[in-house]
Amino acid sequence: MVQVTSPPDEVVEGVRPVPGASPAPDAAGLGRARATGFLVPAMVLILVFLVVPAAWTIYLGVTNYRLTGLAAAHPEVVGLDNYTRALGDERFRTSLLLTLQFVLGSAVIGQAGLGFAIAFALRDRRGPLRRVVEGFVLLSWILPSSVVAFLWIALLDRDAGTLNALLGIPGTAWLLDHPMLSIIVFNTWRGTAFSMMLYAAALENVPRSHLETARLAGASTWQQLRDVVFPRIRGHVLTNLLLISLWTFNDFAPFLITAGGPEQRSEILPVYVYKVALSGGELGFGAAISFVMLLINLVIALIYLRMLGRRKESA
Amino acid sequence: MSAKPRRAAGVLAAFTAVALAATACGGSDEPAGKDAKNITLTISANSIVGGKNSAGAEWIEKWVIPKFVEAQKAKGVTAKVTFVPSGVDDEQYKTKLALDLRSKGGADVIAVDGIWVGEFVQAGYLKPLSDIAGNQVDSWEGWSQIPETVQGLGSFEDKRYGVPLGTDGRVLYYNKKLFARAGLPADWQPKSWQEILDAGAKLKALPGVTPIQINAGTAMGEATSMQGALPLLVGAGGEIYKDGKWAGATQPVKDMLDFYTKIYGGGLGDPKLQQEAKGRDKSFAEFAAGKIGILGEGDYFWRSVVNPKDGIAKMADRDTTVGYAMIPAKQPGAGIRGQDFVSMSGGGVRVLNPNSKFPAQAWELLAFMSSAEAVKAELAGAARITARTDVNKEVLAADPMLNFVAEKVLPLTAYRPPLAVYPQVSVALQEATAAATAGKSADEAAAAYQKKVEGFVGGPGNVTS
Repeated sequence: MVQVTSPPDEVVEGVRPVPGASPAPDAAGLGRARATGFLVPAMVLILVFLVVPAAWTIYLGVTNYRLTGLAAAHPEVVGLDNYTRALGDERFRTSLLLTLQFVLGSAVIGQAGLGFAIAFALRDRRGPLRRVVEGFVLLSWILPSSVVAFLWIALLDRDAGTLNALLGIPGTAWLLDHPMLSIIVFNTWRGTAFSMMLYAAALENVPRSHLETARLAGASTWQQLRDVVFPRIRGHVLTNLLLISLWTFNDFAPFLITAGGPEQRSEILPVYVYKVALSGGELGFGAAISFVMLLINLVIALIYLRMLGRRKESA
Repeated sequence: MSAKPRRAAGVLAAFTAVALAATACGGSDEPAGKDAKNITLTISANSIVGGKNSAGAEWIEKWVIPKFVEAQKAKGVTAKVTFVPSGVDDEQYKTKLALDLRSKGGADVIAVDGIWVGEFVQAGYLKPLSDIAGNQVDSWEGWSQIPETVQGLGSFEDKRYGVPLGTDGRVLYYNKKLFARAGLPADWQPKSWQEILDAGAKLKALPGVTPIQINAGTAMGEATSMQGALPLLVGAGGEIYKDGKWAGATQPVKDMLDFYTKIYGGGLGDPKLQQEAKGRDKSFAEFAAGKIGILGEGDYFWRSVVNPKDGIAKMADRDTTVGYAMIPAKQPGAGIRGQDFVSMSGGGVRVLNPNSKFPAQAWELLAFMSSAEAVKAELAGAARITARTDVNKEVLAADPMLNFVAEKVLPLTAYRPPLAVYPQVSVALQEATAAATAGKSADEAAAAYQKKVEGFVGGPGNVTS
């Protein structure tokens, strides 16, 4: 994990509200009325496309609603049964654990870690090498997930797999023997470009002279990172971690290469919900799990926002 | 400044108007009764030209639609019939149908798996055929050609909801060339599970050959239940549902799981083949390539997989190389009803959409698709066990394998319970076979299975152990 050691009052540029941006007091009343007028259509849209479905999901989550069978015709409110069932369901707990592994492995360590490493390694370089590396990483980012998934399946297949041929170890069934590792590598490969670009931009903000001074003072690379680089890019790191953690937590693309299998060994939460709700037709239970996922998303977001210090400022 | 909200409101109003118009335009056709002169009908099936069940899709597009339109024209009716193809996993197709029917949409004539009928009826998605299309249903000539048991595929609680397409049976296929090399007889018919294992042990001596392939695990989906777990279960004298109770960790369930541990724990099967997303297709390809000795499958395998003409894993020498045998009970007489041999059967049906705008004509189309002439056209010279006795008499004689299924296997076959909770129980069964294949003991796997089933069917009171 990344250690953050910057002083608590350090704030990232652009996050602090610009002073004097609020309207002058005498115009405030009229401005507020106008603003409300502008907001009506947006609020209607939010209501129709966000609040109503969300409320519907919460309601479904307390019913035994199914896509077929008796419960499809006569759904009953079952209270918190779906939630207690989820807690007692080994498959759900396994799925949650796998999802955490997936986020930690592919987002935090993979994308953020590797993205930073590449950006740091390339920071002083100019010329063809940098362009080649950046081009290669970017390519992985702009390709559609389905294409990338196909690529990785071809790469990892046990019989005709390119990787096995390259390593000279035919017969290793990567997708079967190491399904989690496979989707972590797949997702890292797919998303590292975003982190790399973000860190490359952030590193521009670190004065070269400071690093130079630290190096002359005999600081190791790790000490330079810890004392000079991280304090200055803390906001970028946290924003990056927030975004990619949320994306990864909700990512369905791994379904394309392992379908959650073999058995449940790479069944992350979105795949689990898909299988339960759509493939299995258990809409009520699926809605409950979706709501749990929404809460987890909120928690992740709140933790990062708090770390960013935004809450303290707005208080 | 105030023009903007107004414009936005205008946009919203326009959207609403368009949306309303879109919903309304569906209802502007001619009178939709029995005597309508302009009709539109839609057929839906999980088949697509060039993909899944291509021949079936071609039959609908090139035979059914033009012939039906022509027949209607002769009656002075202008019919427009369209086919909505799909080429997806059965689970996905089922979900799509359920969503369509739930929103009062979907095609007029829909092909479904017989096992879905019960849960669709309970959900209120289907209605009895005669409720939808009237008396003409009961007076249809076809019913007298479809045996009672086969009609059961499209029935639920003694009412007809669909017309069956046909049925099937399960056997053990074996590769005669591999058998000859392993010193096994060309006309093999095992009489117990042990004899299957013995043959597997001899096949194991051949390099690069997987002796036995019995479907297991969840990746194979219902194929595991139909080609593995359930035939073995009835072979051990057990039934998945009997007298209002579901089978839990019963002795037959444990026997069935134990057989899996013997195959996959004993190196007679390839457990990885069971886990891969396309494992079933891969096992087909391996059998066709002479790499699998014994394979449990339905007659579908003979007709559509290794068929030298249009199979998905063609075997030019199918008729001489592929042998087939009845699936034995655990020991002679140990199967359900005291049988020596067992099988499981399923089949598809076509149902009518209760929301059809032209229900009478939709039935005409369905009856037309199920006529002897149409069924023969669908076969296009190939043999298959259809729902119609008259057609079967004509076409099965030409194919010894299908004749074998019709005469020897169907009389001792069993069907799955047409209950809404069955699919969940089936998945639990697949998970149990996966556990056994992965090395869990039969007792452990059976206990976990029973716990899951109790959760689906309303507690231990509805489960036998």
